[in-house]
Amino acid sequence: MSRRQFVGTAAAGAAILAVPRFMGKNGLAHAATDPGDNPFFTLFGLDDALLNRVMGRAMGRGGDFSDLFFQHKLATWIGLEDGDVNRAYGQVDLGVGIRVVVGDQTGYAFTEDLTEQAMLAAADTAAGIADAQAGAPPEAYALGPVADHYPIDMPWSEVGADRKIPLLTRMNERCFELDERLEKVSVWYSDAESRILVVRSDGKMAGDYQPMTRLGINCTAVQGDERQSNGANLADRVGFDFYDDERLEALAQRAVARTTVLFDAVRPPAGEFPLVLDAGGSGILLHEAIGHGMEADFNRKEISIFSEMIGEQVAEPFVTIVDDGTNPAKRGSINVDDEGNAVGRTVLVEDGILRSYMHDRISARHYELEPTGNGRRQSFRYVPLPRMRNTFMEPGPHTRDEIIASVKYGVLAETFTNGQVQIGAGDFTFYIKTGYLIEDGKLTTPIKDANIIGNGPDVLRKVAMVADDTRLSRGGWTCGKNGQGVPVGQGLPTTLVSSITVGGVNA
Amino acid sequence: MSQQDLLQIARDAMAMAADIGLADVAIGLSRRRFLDISYRDGKLEKIQESTSRSLSATLYHEGRYSSSSTSDLDPDALRHFLEQARDLTTVLTEDPYRTLPDPTLYAGQAEVDLDLEDPDYAALDIDRRKAMARALWEVASDHPDVISATSGTYDSFGESALLHSNGFEGTSRSTNYWIGAQVTVRDEGDKRPAGSWWVGDRRHAELPDPGGVARKALQRALERQGAAPVTTRRGTMVIENTTARRMLSPLMSALSGRSLQQRRSFLEGRLGEKIGADLMTVTDDPLIPQGFGSRLYDGEGIAAKKRSVFDAGTLNTYFIDTYYGKKLGVDPTTGGASNLVFQPGTMSAAQILADVGEGILVTSFLGGNSDPTTGDYSFGIRGNLIEGGVITAPLAEMNITGNLLDVWANLSHVGDDPHPYSSMLVPTLAFSDVQFSGLSAEETAPEVEEEPKRRGRKRKKS
Repeated sequence: MSRRQFVGTAAAGAAILAVPRFMGKNGLAHAATDPGDNPFFTLFGLDDALLNRVMGRAMGRGGDFSDLFFQHKLATWIGLEDGDVNRAYGQVDLGVGIRVVVGDQTGYAFTEDLTEQAMLAAADTAAGIADAQAGAPPEAYALGPVADHYPIDMPWSEVGADRKIPLLTRMNERCFELDERLEKVSVWYSDAESRILVVRSDGKMAGDYQPMTRLGINCTAVQGDERQSNGANLADRVGFDFYDDERLEALAQRAVARTTVLFDAVRPPAGEFPLVLDAGGSGILLHEAIGHGMEADFNRKEISIFSEMIGEQVAEPFVTIVDDGTNPAKRGSINVDDEGNAVGRTVLVEDGILRSYMHDRISARHYELEPTGNGRRQSFRYVPLPRMRNTFMEPGPHTRDEIIASVKYGVLAETFTNGQVQIGAGDFTFYIKTGYLIEDGKLTTPIKDANIIGNGPDVLRKVAMVADDTRLSRGGWTCGKNGQGVPVGQGLPTTLVSSITVGGVNA
Repeated sequence: MSQQDLLQIARDAMAMAADIGLADVAIGLSRRRFLDISYRDGKLEKIQESTSRSLSATLYHEGRYSSSSTSDLDPDALRHFLEQARDLTTVLTEDPYRTLPDPTLYAGQAEVDLDLEDPDYAALDIDRRKAMARALWEVASDHPDVISATSGTYDSFGESALLHSNGFEGTSRSTNYWIGAQVTVRDEGDKRPAGSWWVGDRRHAELPDPGGVARKALQRALERQGAAPVTTRRGTMVIENTTARRMLSPLMSALSGRSLQQRRSFLEGRLGEKIGADLMTVTDDPLIPQGFGSRLYDGEGIAAKKRSVFDAGTLNTYFIDTYYGKKLGVDPTTGGASNLVFQPGTMSAAQILADVGEGILVTSFLGGNSDPTTGDYSFGIRGNLIEGGVITAPLAEMNITGNLLDVWANLSHVGDDPHPYSSMLVPTLAFSDVQFSGLSAEETAPEVEEEPKRRGRKRKKS
């Protein structure tokens, strides 16, 4: 198959079927060690000589390093509304992003046209940031080994839509069975597979197959004159067999329960109160209060509130916070980062002491450290930046019951919709969709719709109790930074913050 | 690729679709060239320049519906893409409400020049953009308290074509230019507050002076120094024109056909009813020359028309597309807003502050959300105290919480100063009786056990 023919069909949506090499237990993560048998070369129509020419152009005005990020992505969305699976959306994305870095300066261009001419033009544009003697590009590129944190049995492009449709119908029927107050149910499903190849000016090369799927339910229920809506969703880097009976039943139950609880829910009072964060999705606290502020680009620029705190005691000794790219099949896990770096577990806070930022190549060079595998991007259209993966707190010495019992009057936060942070000032927020009041150590009235606002380092100091029940969120979180969205995971054990400002209403 | 090429690719794709048995189809094509420059701490930080393109095929095939997009415009790839899209559609359930729009709605496009394209775009070279980024940075970083300043210029040239198999054919071209800066300054302790200011225009020559833009970014950062929360209270909220649209946008999601049909709108059944105060008059005007949301036709090809959304507080329009119009049994209006124009008042921002006397000025929001089914909202805010009719201490780390119906009923002042750098043209607004959450009134409140419990018993179920 000629290069052009292949690219043509690959972009059409199902051509991966024509490349049996891509199949196999491990996706293609370990598919090739012999450079003559590189499935990514076949997919993108590449060879060493072509890469040498493109890389040569990228390094044509010098620069510290350069990389080419090839990506082919297929995505499918299917929706159910008013009982019928009657809409579908598909997306095909193919292209390469070319980056040239000089110190902390970046030149970048991408093209959706993988002809040599288009790639050379993009390389020229990216090279514009540099102004020195041309570098010598490698003549050959070696595909290095990468991890295998999300093996799947069958690539998503081989799972027909007809197999996915019953999932949506089943969720719809189950939700209506669960509560007669339900008036409307809509279900949305998506899957995507992204094949990436990072080619670097140091001659290293890394490829990955990145699956993702997500299933969500929105419900509207009516009781008397009152109407309430809410929902739940489920996401991970997994294959179709992820959707087993147990997960599906739990999802339907969560979606319905989170909706109908709103009929009994009140707005919490306004002011400062103790806040208990439920295990799981409450990891949004870490994401906003400390995660973003620990991304090294903000720190090398000295614009993060955490810029001068490495080595300092920032929390109680029972607080350990990590950002981990290796959790099996989790939404924020990656086998290799989008700069071709190995991915590990980065300890942000160890026993209460601030330890490490999350790095990309630029910040790692700035601090003279190894990259931590946090260099991520939304797609080939964007430069990589230090980004979180799965951010969570390790288990602590307390129990959930103990924590709730310790609160005379406060709020328990259970589910969340979104959060935001100001990196420099350190103020952050997250929005509680559902939770409970805690009165005399017991959960009492459900609450809804309260924005929480606090200051990162201040709230870390106020983490007063941490339970032993760390759990990663099941939901599909997407983190936004500089206009780029990347999938992330987050987790927390049941945690007490002794005081924080609750957006509520006073009588 | 010229505009004509774009239209030709769309026509070819339409012919290809017909060839593989697709009769009712909408083909959209878009192409956008953009250049993004940032400048930091005395040197260029990033230059990114690229051209992106996309073709979308929306199929109404044998009573079934799907929409797919691709970035690969090679003819062989396109044919395969359309076949795949067709096959995906075939497995879905039929949906009698899915059709292309009624062709009579295509007619009657306004005969105006929206003036969305800068004729000088091609003549603007990269060195001028770099020089502008540098000029912005020099002013933005010119203060001893500045830790870091990043300035930038962003511009884009976009072209699009839309073809419907039942007779619509439209093209558009537009340019956008944005310049601005973000500045981080020292503060007490570890805090490093930031402020930013960005302005945009359809024409490069009409952008404001970069020095003034950068000075405003610097000033907005310095104004954040020493910001702290004040006590929890109810009172008047004045929202700066730069961010007042944040209170209007949650209403828009409740006005969409989908929200109405899916029973997720607190504004369902309220057409013709008074929703807000008399001062609330909002128009959707797609025909403003050079407007950021201006258009001659909407995403479905329906000829764009000016519509009253709220008139003296009365709700006059829902945003309903062809599909949800059919599901709801009403005529479609348009699927989404274009330029939302909040009718300005006669008072300046300073006059409003003086008239309000005491309250809180919101200069930006931080996070928060709202529920379109109930209208309940809770947002993080930053801003200043208003004391004796003037702006005083900077405040941060506070929330406002309530219901959107209450907020809009309590609109008390509308400024004469709509913020021009958005498709939502909203002036300074003031609202009475807003719940602010901040510090507890008593310094020692968290330790006092009796006080919070009493508060808890006072809670009523809503």
